[in-house]
Amino acid sequence: MINERFLFLMEKYFDDELSTEEKTEFENLLENNSRLKEEFIEQKRIKEVLKKMKLKNPSKEVWDSYWMGIYNKIERGIAWVAVSIGALIFFGYVAYESVQAFISDTETPPLVKFGIGAFVFGILILLFSIVREKIFTVKRDNYKEIQR
Amino acid sequence: MKVVGLETGLSPKQLKEFEIHVKANMKRAYFTALGLLGSHDLAMDASQEAFLRAYKNFNKFDPSKKFFTWFYKILKNLCLNLIRDNKNLKEERFLEFTCEQPASEDIQNKIEQDELINSLQQAIAELTIEEKEIITLREFENYSYKEISELMNIPIGTVMSKLFYVRKKLTQKLAGKI
Repeated sequence: MINERFLFLMEKYFDDELSTEEKTEFENLLENNSRLKEEFIEQKRIKEVLKKMKLKNPSKEVWDSYWMGIYNKIERGIAWVAVSIGALIFFGYVAYESVQAFISDTETPPLVKFGIGAFVFGILILLFSIVREKIFTVKRDNYKEIQR
Repeated sequence: MKVVGLETGLSPKQLKEFEIHVKANMKRAYFTALGLLGSHDLAMDASQEAFLRAYKNFNKFDPSKKFFTWFYKILKNLCLNLIRDNKNLKEERFLEFTCEQPASEDIQNKIEQDELINSLQQAIAELTIEEKEIITLREFENYSYKEISELMNIPIGTVMSKLFYVRKKLTQKLAGKI
């Protein structure tokens, strides 16, 4: 374990924030402990290398269009919500009308009616099963804590 | 025409407020993601996606707290998910010399500079996520120890100690090159 006081003083030294007393204390620490002195030299060397580097900055145009990129996605998200609500209402209405017409239809033979009913019922059960399985998987996801 | 938050119930005033937060924090968000992911495209996607998620949850943000501290958790989780889903993440060149370092005309110097950048990038790429995070925040983005402590939710003393060991690890990886 490294001396905590040494770490504190060294970081202050790197930030050029040592007071006169702290500077003396730090110098004494280095003078009386060759291991700490070695550590300090090593840390100073890597600090100097890191100081020469910076993360690559994208062009000005990237920053100019950054907010617009987010805004467009927000706008599209809202558009999708509106489209989904509209589609749900429309197809719900169409489905309701179709079922009504289907029930009141006297020309279709009862066997065909039964076949169509069974087909629709089967599709609904399949959909329900898939959705339930998805929910089950999500609830048992080991990574759910980091997937938000 | 400006849209209001249909999905979130945000008022136009809140949307404007959100826009101010984005513009004030977009660079730190991008650079934090770049330090973790090492790819411009992924960092751009992650930072923008994090802002979208922040927008959807903006009603939960407590204005008395710092926006970036709240946002940082969303961004970090997104980056972690991206790293998990892209096991063979290909890092691009994400470091460059600061302005104070004049671009050398000498070919030999240029080669040495390139080698140093490559070695440092390689060394950083081999660090753990937490190590990458702390070195990026402190050495490339110049966050204070207090800010890092808030963002990473660890005491200041631990920040200093972790920084010490990460720098030491980097020195060992760069042995003979610096």
